[in-house]
Amino acid sequence: MNLKGRKIYKGKVVGEILITSHDISFYGGCDPDTGEIVEKGHELEGKSIAGKILVFPTGKGSTVGSYVLYALRKAGKAPLAIINKETDPVVAVGSIISEIPTIDRIDIEKLENGQKVEVDADKGVISIIE
Amino acid sequence: MGLQLTSEEQDMLDGKQGKATRKSMEIITTLGEIYGAERLIPISSVQIAGVSYHNLGEAGLEYLDEMADDGRVRTLTTLNPAGMDLIEWKKHGIDEEFAINQQRVIDAFAKMGVITTCTCTPYLIGNLPHYGEHISWAESSAVCFANSVIGARTNREGGPSALAAALTGRTAEYGFHLDNNRIAQVKYEVKAKLRNTDDFGLLGQVIGERTRKKIPYIVGINRATSEELKSFCASIATYGGVALFHMEGITPNRTSIPEETEIVTQEDLIAARSQLDDADAEIDFISIGCPHASIREIAHIAELLENKQVTEGKTVWITTAKPTKDLAIKMGFYDKIEEAGAFLVSDACCAVAPLKGRFKGLMTDSAKACFYARGKNSFKTEIRTIEQCIKEATT
Repeated sequence: MNLKGRKIYKGKVVGEILITSHDISFYGGCDPDTGEIVEKGHELEGKSIAGKILVFPTGKGSTVGSYVLYALRKAGKAPLAIINKETDPVVAVGSIISEIPTIDRIDIEKLENGQKVEVDADKGVISIIE
Repeated sequence: MGLQLTSEEQDMLDGKQGKATRKSMEIITTLGEIYGAERLIPISSVQIAGVSYHNLGEAGLEYLDEMADDGRVRTLTTLNPAGMDLIEWKKHGIDEEFAINQQRVIDAFAKMGVITTCTCTPYLIGNLPHYGEHISWAESSAVCFANSVIGARTNREGGPSALAAALTGRTAEYGFHLDNNRIAQVKYEVKAKLRNTDDFGLLGQVIGERTRKKIPYIVGINRATSEELKSFCASIATYGGVALFHMEGITPNRTSIPEETEIVTQEDLIAARSQLDDADAEIDFISIGCPHASIREIAHIAELLENKQVTEGKTVWITTAKPTKDLAIKMGFYDKIEEAGAFLVSDACCAVAPLKGRFKGLMTDSAKACFYARGKNSFKTEIRTIEQCIKEATT
C-alpha cells in the first residue's frame, strides 16, 4: 500500500513507524540529548523517537522547538523521518535545518506502530513494506 | 499556481549565493508553500528571537555558527533579549560559564552583520518600520505592536525563520502580509476603567484568552500611552497568540467593523487580576520592563526611587534596551536607580534570564512577565502598578 502526501523536506529513508495521536511540542516535550518524549501524560512519554519514522498529527508549542530537532540531529537522536497530518511551521523549520525527510497531508490513521515503511519525501510517498 | 520565484531567488535556492542563503531560502520557500504563497516579497526590517543561550542551548548556537560561516544579513536586523546584561552581568549574579556561552551567541550574530543590541522593543531604539511596510519579526509582543500600533506587516516568525528572512532579504507573501487577513472579526466593547500599564496588561489577557485566532476590533478606549500599548500587545500575544488588533481612534489600520460584539467589564479585569495574584506569594523579586522599559518609564522609576533604599532580601530589576540605558546613564536616572539598590539591567529580561531557583515571588506591572515567571521559573506572582511595585521593593 502507498500513501501520497506533500513534501516538506526532501530525502528517502526506510525505517520503522512510531505513531501517536497526540501533537508534539519539541521544546520542553522532548529531551534534546536522548530523543525521549518527556511531556507528562503524552502517549509517547518515556519512549525515544531516535531513528524512528515518527508519525504525529501536528506540532505545538514554542518556536524554539525547531532548534530541539537540530539538537537531536547533532546528538544522533533525530527521527529518521517525520510524517504529519499537517506540518506546523515549528516542525517544518526544524526539519529543514536538521535535514529530516518530512511529509504531510497523510491520513495517519492508516499507519501502525512497528510497520516497516519507505518514505520518499521528494515524491511525498510512503510505501508500506511489511 | 504554486510559489513563483524570480531568477535571483532561484539562484539563492540553488546555492549560488552560498550555503546559509540556500538554507534560508529553503525555509522561506517551504513556509510559503505550506501557506499557499504565490511569491516572495522583499522585507526591510527583521527582529530575531531565540537569543538567550538559556533557550538556544549548544545546538542552537551550533546552527547560528553554521549560518555565520558565510551568511550576511541583507537588511536592518536587531535581536531579542539575551539571558543577561552583556556588560554588567556579573553583579546581577549570572555565572561565568553562562556568560561565556551567551557571548558566543552574540558573536555569531555580530559576524552575520546583525545590530547586536538585545531588546523586545526594537521600535523604541531605531528599528522602526512605517505604516504598510513589509517586515519579518519574531518576538510576539513586538509583532503585535508592529502590526497593530504601527501598521507594518509581519507574520509571527520564529528564530530561524526571522534569521532566514534577514539572510535573504525576503519573506513569503502569506498571512498578515495580505489585506484580506487583516480584517477585524470580533468587536470588543471595553466598559472597564484602564489606568496604568498593569490594567492594559490585564485587558490584553482578557481579550487574548477570549478571541484567540479572531482579530479583535476594540472600542471604548479614549487614550493610551505607547507604554500602555506595549503592555497590552505583550499580554494579548502571550495569552491569545494575537498578532494583530484594531483599537478605534488609536491604531491606524483600515478595516470593516464586525457585527459580533463582546463586552469587557470591570469584573472581567478584576477576575484576570485575581488569576495572576497568588494569595501566598512571598515577594522577593520585583521586575519592571516587560516589554523593555521606555526612557519615560525609567525617568519615572528613578524619581520614585530617589532617597529610597531597596529592602534587604529583595532584588529589583528594571529591564531595558542598551541605548535606553545609555540615555538613562547620561540623564542621571541610572545612578538614582542603582544608588537605591535596584538594578537597571539592559539586553536581558526576567523571562529569558537563567533565574530559576533564585527567587520565590515576583511582583511586576506586566501580565506577560507573570505568565513566564510561573511557567518557566515556578515563581509565585502579583501584578501591580509601577508605583506599587517600587513601594513593595522599598518597604
